[in-house]
Amino acid sequence: MKQEMMQTDHERLGFWKTYIFSTDHKTIAKQYLSLALFWALMGGATTYLIRWQIAHPDTEAPGWGFIAPDFYNMLVTMHGTIMVFFVAMPILLAAFGNFLIPLMIGAKDMAFPRLNMLSFWIFTLASVVLIISFFVPGGAASAGWTGYPPLSAKAEYTGVEWGMNLWILSLALEFASFLMGGVNFLTTTMNMRAPGMTYFRLPIMVWMEVTAAVIFMLSVGPLIAGAVMLLMDRMIGTTFYLPAGGGEPLLWQHLFWFFGHPEVYVLLLPGLGIVLEVISVFSRKPVFAYRPIIYATIIAGFMSFIVWAHHQFISGIDPRLAMPFSITTIIISVPFAFVIFSMIATLWRASITFTTPLLFAVGSLGVFIFGGLTGIFNGSAPVDIYIHDTYFVVAHFHYTLFSAVFFGGFAGIYFWFPKMFGRMMNEALGKIHFWFTFVFFNAVFIPMHLVGLRGMMRPQSLAGQYAGMDHGLASAPWQFRRGSERLPRPL
Amino acid sequence: MNASSATLTDTAIHAGKTGTWWFLASEIPVFGGLIASYIVVRLGSTGWAEAASHLNFNLGLINTFLLLTSSMTIVMAHAATEENDYRKVANFLGLTVLLGLGFLGMKAIEYTTEISNGFLPSSGIFWSFYYGMTGLHALHVLAGIIVNLVLWIQALKGSLARNGHRVELAGLYWHLVDIIWIFLFPLLYLA
Amino acid sequence: MQNWFPENVSTFGGDVDAMFYLIYYITAVWFVLTEGLILYFLFRYRHRPGQRAAYVQGDNLKQLAWIFVPVAIVIVLDFWIDIRGAEVWAKIKGEVPPSDIVVRATGKQFNWEFVYPGPDGKFGTPDDLQLDNDLHVPVGKVVRVVLSAKDVIHSFFLPHFRLKQDVVPGREIIAWFEATKPGNYEIPCAELCGFGHSGMNGMLYVHTPEEYEKWLTERWPLSGQAPEISKKPES
Repeated sequence: MKQEMMQTDHERLGFWKTYIFSTDHKTIAKQYLSLALFWALMGGATTYLIRWQIAHPDTEAPGWGFIAPDFYNMLVTMHGTIMVFFVAMPILLAAFGNFLIPLMIGAKDMAFPRLNMLSFWIFTLASVVLIISFFVPGGAASAGWTGYPPLSAKAEYTGVEWGMNLWILSLALEFASFLMGGVNFLTTTMNMRAPGMTYFRLPIMVWMEVTAAVIFMLSVGPLIAGAVMLLMDRMIGTTFYLPAGGGEPLLWQHLFWFFGHPEVYVLLLPGLGIVLEVISVFSRKPVFAYRPIIYATIIAGFMSFIVWAHHQFISGIDPRLAMPFSITTIIISVPFAFVIFSMIATLWRASITFTTPLLFAVGSLGVFIFGGLTGIFNGSAPVDIYIHDTYFVVAHFHYTLFSAVFFGGFAGIYFWFPKMFGRMMNEALGKIHFWFTFVFFNAVFIPMHLVGLRGMMRPQSLAGQYAGMDHGLASAPWQFRRGSERLPRPL
Repeated sequence: MNASSATLTDTAIHAGKTGTWWFLASEIPVFGGLIASYIVVRLGSTGWAEAASHLNFNLGLINTFLLLTSSMTIVMAHAATEENDYRKVANFLGLTVLLGLGFLGMKAIEYTTEISNGFLPSSGIFWSFYYGMTGLHALHVLAGIIVNLVLWIQALKGSLARNGHRVELAGLYWHLVDIIWIFLFPLLYLA
Repeated sequence: MQNWFPENVSTFGGDVDAMFYLIYYITAVWFVLTEGLILYFLFRYRHRPGQRAAYVQGDNLKQLAWIFVPVAIVIVLDFWIDIRGAEVWAKIKGEVPPSDIVVRATGKQFNWEFVYPGPDGKFGTPDDLQLDNDLHVPVGKVVRVVLSAKDVIHSFFLPHFRLKQDVVPGREIIAWFEATKPGNYEIPCAELCGFGHSGMNGMLYVHTPEEYEKWLTERWPLSGQAPEISKKPES
């Protein structure tokens, strides 16, 4: 009997079922990773063009040509959309979660392998829809990755028609894909842990993925509602967000940020999980304060639902709302401070080997501290009056996001690559990769804080038009040395 | 659910049910967001009661009755799976499908009447919400009908018996769709 | 550090800057402490012969105190920041101080429209004046701005005053400022509003009392009459 089962388990499935329509969680993870790396290159292309326009306005970008103002807005929109939804989410949640969760809990696969496969193909469909949006008349969405109406609600305000509709549809498909993934992650972790694997014996990575999945599942709904409303405004003439028809532009902002804020923690938590796992391994010590970290993470997860309007302090909401949200925002730094201090304590009395994954993990920690601290400025409502919608905010979230997605993501890729692909990555190249990334990331984004404090707004492509902006300072971050840090590739 | 995905730990709830509950948990904020938006925007504006008076209260009431009954029939279908009486299961599933189709039919009548009376989605903010909320809800009803239809066909063919728990899961989804209507009906038709 | 911000010429700008610096000093200390500790630990506990890791789990109170105490300090500092911040916020965005000078500012794709009520102080009368992009105010007086938008969301940003307020179509939002120094100050739009967002810019002219009187008389030579609009643009 056992013999038969083993033979069934290992029957050969053929090329299509092994590599394309696979229901195996490890293969699906690699598929997500590959597609996300493709999107990272696309996102990098938008970065190149954005930076070129800021540094050398109204000149031809090599390999591309002139960048018109509406195309520039498309670039910044797509940059944000691609990086958040098509790079960060698939790498941190879909790739690492799919690969690691069953292995770490001792399960054979996810609870719903076919649903898993479906989720990847719907994500691929979302990708195709987004790509198509570039080629329709009017071009791709250009109202910012946050898509505030009325700008986004009427085609005449941007000149983009189907591009924006397809943007909304692409995001809807992406959400559907990740909702399926969330159902899988949560059911698998609840139901399929190996005998004896109680919740508080789970690897911290699993806790982080699971908490992120819960946050996502519960927060995305209002944005789905909002997106349906936006699509209806655009396509069938409703007036949810159009004041002329009795609608309210600020409604979108609330619906968007009710999701948008928890979403940043959805991205952050897996990054923190990777850093904790990697630091622990290369310090040869267990994660310090494992259980309190879990409680802190859960508390932060709850709190993430009550801070959203810190994105809207000066948006026209009742000013009396600003202080409550300022308070919740500043308090949410507390559980994260706890996690950071615990990471540092894991290094205490350790025996640390400086492998590439460890460098990226410590880099992630260092960068996150900086980003988290600049968050305090943004969370204080009076300071936000000045820095809202300036490059200071852009610098802040690039620090926090890079920490999770790129430093954390690469720490995870370097660490688990041997497990995923059966061979080691090249340590020397990995270290070069790390140092280039670390040095040039800081070189680009530290000056961005200063540029923001001088008053440069976002998205802004013509700093030279504003006498108050020191154009030299504005363009300094956007030099192209950073491109080179990407070149050392593994293997 | 086959042997390999059965619970390996002592959680009493099997995977399909856990998964369905998480799915429902993600659906609730979708309609929650819509309903909260409706309430907030309505509280801040005037003239909604007048617009709402053009809705057909009677058809709305019939629809409420249809959905509530269909929730009952799907519970009976689930009970029949526990008795292993798949003829009964098929009958009750079929009734559920018919009642769901009846709901959609009523909605179609309402929509066509309203549109021919000049109340379009673009007719104002109340109508935006009316069409948006009931439209999204109707799409969810349609999805539920399709699921129930598939299960009904399987019950008739005899292939449902080994996956009988799926009737309960479909029932959970169907109850959510019903409960959402229980909120929409008073907010739109009664207030 | 003095060069980080544009020159502040607003009565409440100093309070905003002071909040910024309060947070800056607090976060700078934490930054140095935490990053310094990390670098120290990386050096001190680097793997070398004889360096064994200690099996420390952080599961008892004595060890956790090392985390809880700093966290408690963070909480106290957070509250200090919030309490100070609440006062500044209330001053700027709370009650608008009484003012004689009111201007309507409307954002549209892609410029600001400023409407002055004229000598009669009332809007909607024949002596109203509309100027595109040019806002004229006297120094040392509270100016009340009635903000709105014609099409999409824009944002009224006075960097030198540390004032920013999104303008939303369908709403009227009141903002205020008081200049401490004459000069010309830019009014960029700070919310993506379409392809002309980059470059959407107005100009605030803060006049000395004499210059302001001169400007008023040039615009409204005869009280109660429609304003003179066929004048050369101001320098």
